[in-house]
Amino acid sequence: MANAEVFQVRTVEAPQLPAPVSTSGVIGWMRLNLFSSIGNTILTVVGILIAYSLLAPLIQFALIDAVWVGEDRTACLAQDGGHIGACWAYVGDYLPQFIYGRYPTEEIWRVNVVYALFALLLVPMMIPAVPFKGTNALLLLVVFPIVAYFLLTGLVIGDEEILPIVETAQWGGLLVTLVIAVTGITASLPLGVAFALGRRSKMPIIKFVSVVFIEFWRGVPLITVLFMSSVMLPLFLPEGVTFDKLLRVLVGVTLFSAAYMAEVVRGGLQAIPKGQYEGAMALGLRFWPMMYLIILPQALKLVIPGIVNTFIGLFKDTTLVLIVGMFDLLGQIQSSFSDPTWSTPVQGHTGYLFAALVFWVFCFSMSRYSIFIENKLHTGHKR
Amino acid sequence: MSNTAEELTPDRSRMTISDTEVAVEIKQMNKWYGDFHVLRDINLKVMNGERIVICGPSGSGKSTMIRCINRLEEHQAGQIIVDGNELTNDLKKIDEIRREVGMCFQHFNLFPHLTILENCTLAPIWVRKMPKKQAEEVAMHYLERVKIPEQALKYPGQLSGGQQQRVAIARSLCMSPKIMLFDEPTSALDPEMIKEVLDVMVGLAEEGMTMLCVTHEMGFARKVANRVIFMDAGQIVEQNEPEEFFTNPQHERTQLFLSQILHH
Repeated sequence: MANAEVFQVRTVEAPQLPAPVSTSGVIGWMRLNLFSSIGNTILTVVGILIAYSLLAPLIQFALIDAVWVGEDRTACLAQDGGHIGACWAYVGDYLPQFIYGRYPTEEIWRVNVVYALFALLLVPMMIPAVPFKGTNALLLLVVFPIVAYFLLTGLVIGDEEILPIVETAQWGGLLVTLVIAVTGITASLPLGVAFALGRRSKMPIIKFVSVVFIEFWRGVPLITVLFMSSVMLPLFLPEGVTFDKLLRVLVGVTLFSAAYMAEVVRGGLQAIPKGQYEGAMALGLRFWPMMYLIILPQALKLVIPGIVNTFIGLFKDTTLVLIVGMFDLLGQIQSSFSDPTWSTPVQGHTGYLFAALVFWVFCFSMSRYSIFIENKLHTGHKR
Repeated sequence: MSNTAEELTPDRSRMTISDTEVAVEIKQMNKWYGDFHVLRDINLKVMNGERIVICGPSGSGKSTMIRCINRLEEHQAGQIIVDGNELTNDLKKIDEIRREVGMCFQHFNLFPHLTILENCTLAPIWVRKMPKKQAEEVAMHYLERVKIPEQALKYPGQLSGGQQQRVAIARSLCMSPKIMLFDEPTSALDPEMIKEVLDVMVGLAEEGMTMLCVTHEMGFARKVANRVIFMDAGQIVEQNEPEEFFTNPQHERTQLFLSQILHH
C-alpha cells in the first residue's frame, strides 16, 4: 500500500483541462506582466507616469492647442498670451514645397504620376498573395526607373521638347528624399550581395577587390563621401565633363550602403550550414543556381532585420545631402523657416515635428513590413 | 542496434551484379587534409549492382572516401573513375558525375525553405531541365515509394527525422541516379525511425541499385550487402562477404571493432 503513495500508474487517460483563469485573458496577462510583484507594480506605475508626463504635453501641443487653418502668421500667434500649439496651417500652406521642392508648378503632375506609378507597382509587389510577381518585378525594377527618369528630368527628342527639362537643382523635399532612398535601397541590396559573395570567394582577385571596396566605404563617413563627390570629384574630372550633382549623391549613397549591406549579407551566408552547400552540390547544381535557389534565399531571410536596419539608416541619412546644397524633406522644411509670412515662435517646433512624423511613418512602415515578411517566410524549421 | 534490421527480409531475386560493367573504380587514391594523410592508397572496384557496406571506427576515413566519389572532397593522388568518367578538375565531368550519383547524408541536408515537393523537383528542373509538371509527377512517384506522399506540401522542419531521411532518399532518386552513396543515413535518427529508412534502402537494393553505404547497421550489412569493407586509419584493411566478415574476421582491428559493436 505504501507504494501506491509513491508511484502512480494511470488506468484512465487524464483529460485535457483549460488553463486556469488567472493565467489567461486580459486579467491574467496584466497580472503576469504588470503586477506580478510589488517591485513590478511600482515599475508599472512609474512607467505610466513617465509616459503620461511625456505624451500629455505632446498631445496638448500637436492636437489640442494646434491651429489647423489660417492665412498667415497671425493665425498662429497667441492673442492673449495663452498656450501656443502647433501651427499646422503653416505646414498645410507649405506642403507642396515640402513634397515637390521648387519643381515648376505646371510640371508637378509629372511627379505625381511617378508617385502614383510607384505606389501602383510597389503595393502588389509587397502583398504575397498577388500573382504575376515576375512581371511586376520587371515593371518595378526595369520599366519604372526608365519612365520615372524621363518623367522627372524631362524628354527631348531632336529639337522637340516633349517634356520640358527640369534641372535636378529644382527638385526638393520629399521627392529628393524618396529618389535617393529608393534608388539607394534597390541598388545597394544586389551590390551588397555581390560583394558579400565576392568576399567569400576562393578566387583571390575577386576576394581582394571586395575586401578593399567594403573596407574603404565602411571606413569613411557618409558626409565625407558626399563632400568628396560634390567638391573634390570635379577637380579630378577633365574640363567640361560634369555629372549631375544628384547623380553623384546617388552613386555615393548607394556604394556607401552597399558596403554595409555586404557585411550584413555575409553574416547570413556564414550562418548557412555546410550541409546545404553539399546537398545542393550532390544534386548536381552549379555555383549560381545553388546560390540563387538554396543559399541566398535562406541567408537573406536570416538577415532581414539587418537588411532593414541598413535600409532605415539609409533613409534617414538622406538628410545629409543638405550639406552639399541639396534640399531633401528636412532641408526644405528648414529653408522655409526664413519665410516671414509664417514666422512665429512655434514655426520651428511645428516644422521639425512634421519632419519627424514623416520620417517615422516611412521607417516604421519598413520595420513592420519586415516583421510581416519574416513571419511569412518562416517555414517551421526554426525551433 | 541490429534488432530492427533483423526483421529485414530482402528479396534477392533482382540483386544481380554485373560481371563487366564497372560503376566506380578507385585506383591508388590518396588524400590529405593539410599535412594529415586521411586516405592512404585506396583501391576499390565496384561493379554495377553491387551493394557495399563500409564500416570502421570514427575518423577512419570512410565518409571521406565516399565523399570523394562525387567530389565533395578532392583527392590529391590516384584515380577515381565513376561510370566511365575520370574525376578531374574538369567542371563538366564533375557535373556529369554528380548527375549520375545520388547521395544521402547523416543530417539529411534537405532545403528548409522549400516544401518536400520542391526539394524533390528542384534538381530535375534545374539540372535535368525537366518540365515542372513532369518533375512533380516523378517526385510524387518517389515520395509514394518512400511512403510519404501525403507530406508533399509540408516543409522539412515539420517532419520527423526518419521522414526527412526518406525524403532525402526520394530527392536523390528523382535524378534517376545510377549509383547511390549513403553517408551514415541512420546515425542521427531515433531508434524507432531507423527501420523505416532501412526498409527504403532495402527496397532500393532489391531493385538492383548500385549502393555504397557507410553505416553501422550490421543487420542491414548482413542482409543486403554483397561485400563489407572495413577501414581503419585511412586504409581499407579488410573486405569480405558479409557472413565471412562477421563470423570470421581476419584482421585484428576488425575483430576488435566487431567485438565492440556486436557484444554489448
